[in-house]
Parts: sequence; C-alpha cells; structure tokens
Amino acid sequence: MVKLLNPRDFSSHPGYIDKGYRSTALRGPTKPLIPVRGVSLAAPVYGHDRIAPADADLTLNGRKDAEPLGERIIVTGRVLDENGRPLAGALVEIWQANAAGRYVHVVDQHAAPLDPNFFGGGRCVTDEQGRYRFLTIKPGAYPWGNHFNAWRPNHIHFSLFGHQFGQRLVTQMYFPGDPLLALDPIYLGVPAKSRERMVAHFSIDVTEEGYALGYVFDIVLRGENAAIWENH
Amino acid sequence: MSGSNLLGQTPSQTVGPFFAYGLTPQQYGYDWASIAAADMADQATEGERITFEGQVLDGAGQPVTDALIEIWQADGAGSYAAAPGRNTRFTGFGRCGTGVLGDGFFRFTTIKPAAPSKAEAPHLNIIVTMRGLLMHAFTRAYFEGDTRNDADPVMAQVPPERRATLLARQTAPGTWRLDIHMQGDAETVFFDL
Ligand SMILES: [Fe+3]
Repeated sequence: MVKLLNPRDFSSHPGYIDKGYRSTALRGPTKPLIPVRGVSLAAPVYGHDRIAPADADLTLNGRKDAEPLGERIIVTGRVLDENGRPLAGALVEIWQANAAGRYVHVVDQHAAPLDPNFFGGGRCVTDEQGRYRFLTIKPGAYPWGNHFNAWRPNHIHFSLFGHQFGQRLVTQMYFPGDPLLALDPIYLGVPAKSRERMVAHFSIDVTEEGYALGYVFDIVLRGENAAIWENH
Repeated sequence: MSGSNLLGQTPSQTVGPFFAYGLTPQQYGYDWASIAAADMADQATEGERITFEGQVLDGAGQPVTDALIEIWQADGAGSYAAAPGRNTRFTGFGRCGTGVLGDGFFRFTTIKPAAPSKAEAPHLNIIVTMRGLLMHAFTRAYFEGDTRNDADPVMAQVPPERRATLLARQTAPGTWRLDIHMQGDAETVFFDL
C-alpha cells in the first residue's frame, strides 16, 4: 500500500506558456494535462553509490591547483513535504554559474571568464532530518537573449527526487534582495503568492566565522495525502 | 484535501540550457561521474534488450537540443527496483540529454519492461524537461501492438484519438521509437499525475 500524493498545486507553479519568457511559446504544452489519479509509484533508484561526500563541496570538486574565486557560501536547508515532514534520502542535485556569471557548459558563450578551479555541479542525499548542505561560491548574474538588456538574477539550479515519482521537482534558488528579481521573466512567471518560496534567506547562524556566508533554502514537495489510501 | 495548514509547494522552474554538466555529465563529456546514464542494461541484465529512442520536437517541428529525458521503468519481470527488499543491478532509471546525438534525439539502451501488474500494459514512465519548459512534463511510452494497451488503467484515461502519441513503434528489431511533440496536432499526451 502506497499513500497517494496531494495534487500538484498549479496555483503555486508557473504556467506552461509565459508571454515574458519567449522560449515557452513553442515548448509549453497547449493541451490540458490528462489527470491520472489512483496511481502511485516510488521515486527512481539512481546511483546512490556514486554520490561521494565531496560532491557537496563545489569549492573542492572542480579544484585544479587553487581555490575557486568568489564569495564562499553555504547553502543548506531541509526537503519537506507539504505536511511538514522531512524527507530523508531525497536526491538533491545542483548546478550553477561561477562567480563571474559563466557556466562550464560548452554552449555558454557569455564573455566572462571561466574559473579553472570551479566546475559548478554538486549533489547530495538528505539526512534523517531531510537536511542537505552544499559549500559553494556565490554565482554571478549573467545576460541572456530573452529581451534587450536581460540579466538572470543570481541563482542556483536545483533538481530533486523525493520518495515518490510524482514529487519530482526542478527549480531555482534565488538570493534575497536581488534587484534583478523584479525584472526576471522566469522568476516573475511564478504566481506572486509563491515566488518568495524560491528565495533563500541569509542566516548568521549558518554563516561560519571567518569563512563563508550562510543561506537557508527549504524545499517543499507534494505531500502524501493521509486521508486516501490505495487499498485495492 | 489541501487544508490551509499545508506548507506551500516550492514552485517549479525551467531546467535551463546548461543542465548537462550537472545532471548528465558523462554523456556530455564532462569529467564527473553521472548517477544515471542512457545505457541502462548490461550483459547480465535479464530480459529482452531494446533501444528506446526518439526526437523531441517543438511547436514548429524543430528539434529541441536542450531537453532532458528521464525514464523509470520496471524490469523484465515487471518489478521496479524500488520495491522493498529488491537488490538488482538494473535500476530502471535512465537519463539522456538531447544535445549529443544531434537533431534533438535521445536514445536509451535498456530492457523491455514487463507489465508491473495484471491490469497494466508494459510501459516506460517518462519525465520531460527543457529550456523554455517551466514545469517538467510527465508522459509514458507504451509498445505499439500490445493487446493490453487499451485496457491499461492510465491509457484508458486518455481520449482514444490521442493514444497514438504514447505508442512507441518498432522501427527495427529491438528498436522502439517515440517522438515527443511539445505542441501541435500530434502533441504528446502529458499527465497531471
Ligand atoms: Fe541558470
């Protein structure tokens, strides 16, 4: 018996077609999603054994001969479901630009320097309290071709698998007080009531003396619906 | 159901154009181990080895070369690797970006899943995401010609005229193809699951 998930709360998520974000026009599905209820499926089994502790330290995992440049930060938080229950064993994968706003990806043509000591990919599995923790470099803002003078706010990409297949989430974490948030179509494509759920908060308690600033970003995935059981 | 005491779901965002080195590093030639690959089966995996491939196409019929396709499937006996107590080298989880093979193609080498239960038809569970897609899309691939398809409890919820968008066709012995159309007359059925 597997508990069913609460539905995706579409009032909290962006729509598929967004006038401000041009690439959605030909890529977002236009026909209504077909509702499927009463099916539950566990989250995939992936290469747990390939995840090393060093994978969560982005200041280390791309290092050649020196520390990467930029502002060291700690990004930590809990993966919860809507009921507030911590999800242990959730897979958290991140990727990001370097301090200059440049991705390692070969397609990124932004004329900002690569950092030979920074790769930008990280991953970990949440502990018993649903907690994850990355040590990294604050990513820079970068320009993109969506419209004139378009700049993405500082952000870290997140990919998550929880306990069930339907809990899959791909999102982005933003930084508090970023003036570009008010101008970013990807951020603004999310309904106003839920946008700030994507913004981490600064924490002096997570900050480490003389070493790195701390940010907390909790992530909420669909919850199991306690009222409904699949029992036949 | 969704009482006000629930925490709010974290909103979805596009995976963006640059996911490859984070989520599929080995496939794209980056020096970091991938946790899932497009080659899912090895010589020791029991079952019928198949290639599952296709193109991802946008609303103008153009190939999408920055999509990520994830599949999650039962094994040749109909069991998911996540089932309690199972310990198999075949995880049933694969990842393939569409930026390597050209023309927006993905290609998995895997084994043909058996039906997970008597009521169901054999199928692959698919997650589609890409630059320009603000929320990942769930779909499925069934195998054309399987007499169980129409009675499958999920397929049965799809209007008959759209079911063909979920049918992989055998294009060569052991090779099954399913193109994913984001829009248009042949728009793939995506599920709210
Ligand atoms: Fe980005």
